[in-house]
Amino acid sequence: MNPVNYLYLAALLFTIGATGVLIRRNAIVVFMCIELMLNACNLAFVTFSRMHGNLDGQVIAFFTMVVAAAEVVVGLAIIVSLFRSRHSASVDDASLMKL
Amino acid sequence: MSAQLAAYSTSTGEAFQFWVLGTVAVLGALSTVFMKRAVHSALSLAGTMIVLAVFYLANGAYFLGIVQIVVYTGAIMMLFLFVVMLVGVTAADSLKETIKGQRWLALLCGVGFGVLLLAGIANASLKDFEGIGQANANGNVEGLAALIFTKYVFAFEITGALLITAAVGAMVLTHRERTERAKTQRELSEERVRAGKHVPPLPAPGVYARHNAVDVAGLLPDGTPSELTVSKTLRDRGQVRDVSAEALSDLRALEQRAEERLERTEIDSAPFKRTEEASK
Repeated sequence: MNPVNYLYLAALLFTIGATGVLIRRNAIVVFMCIELMLNACNLAFVTFSRMHGNLDGQVIAFFTMVVAAAEVVVGLAIIVSLFRSRHSASVDDASLMKL
Repeated sequence: MSAQLAAYSTSTGEAFQFWVLGTVAVLGALSTVFMKRAVHSALSLAGTMIVLAVFYLANGAYFLGIVQIVVYTGAIMMLFLFVVMLVGVTAADSLKETIKGQRWLALLCGVGFGVLLLAGIANASLKDFEGIGQANANGNVEGLAALIFTKYVFAFEITGALLITAAVGAMVLTHRERTERAKTQRELSEERVRAGKHVPPLPAPGVYARHNAVDVAGLLPDGTPSELTVSKTLRDRGQVRDVSAEALSDLRALEQRAEERLERTEIDSAPFKRTEEASK
């Protein structure tokens, strides 16, 4: 097996995550799909690190993880406060600025 | 990890692992998207993340593999589950489309994007794999540490600032300041008496109906449900079960049956015969 297959898998997971963001309307599930996309990117980084034979890709993946953790904390806090104010986690309901 | 990893192809064991666990990862990702309940989505996403951790380990990223399990499946997914418990159980995802044809268009976009991405990878010349063996020679964690604390030290410092900001932001977003002291029970009851509306305790649910579940509103003497009898939380969620129509329809059915019976005794079962013929 060629290690390029890891890249194909990462692309597939990223695509599934992106489709999920477009399809789903529950804010929590949309957020999970974003996490899936971040993970797919990390897999690509790790594979490229192996491909080039240095650890820079792994360092970048590590930073991605840290940023993802920070993002999850703030995003979930936003979802919770949104749910408190409008009693729904659907992204369609937040349409106050719509004409 | 020896120099074997430098080869263009991996060992059979890794190939087998890739095909088995890769299938699991894709299935988990798909069920993350298509599961109806947020809890099921979260659990399948956790499965996908564990599989990815195994792939990191297989690719020689030992530190990242462990961090993936500890941070992602351990912390982030549990945070997701907490929020799902806080929010998602009541907020049922309505499956009705608000924009017509949006789902199919999104699916089309996804497939097109995937084809583009995969074709891009297939076109790129990714021939030679150096293998991570050389870089991991002094240990993966040591190698990563050497990079993080020399070449990437500035990014690492900024990461610390980012984490602190995120923690403070989360606290600010979810914290609600209580500006005044909570009222005591005595003050509340005095307020109720002074306002003069509904001084006695609230009526229990379902007492005047035939059901005594908490989500069934008690019926007033005229048969309409009383909002007062159901707790405010259930009312806000819209989970009040209205059985008044049920009781009325039961009553109507009973009356109809009684009338039929009365008719039969009065008019010598003429319609009864007709129904018998119809049934034949």
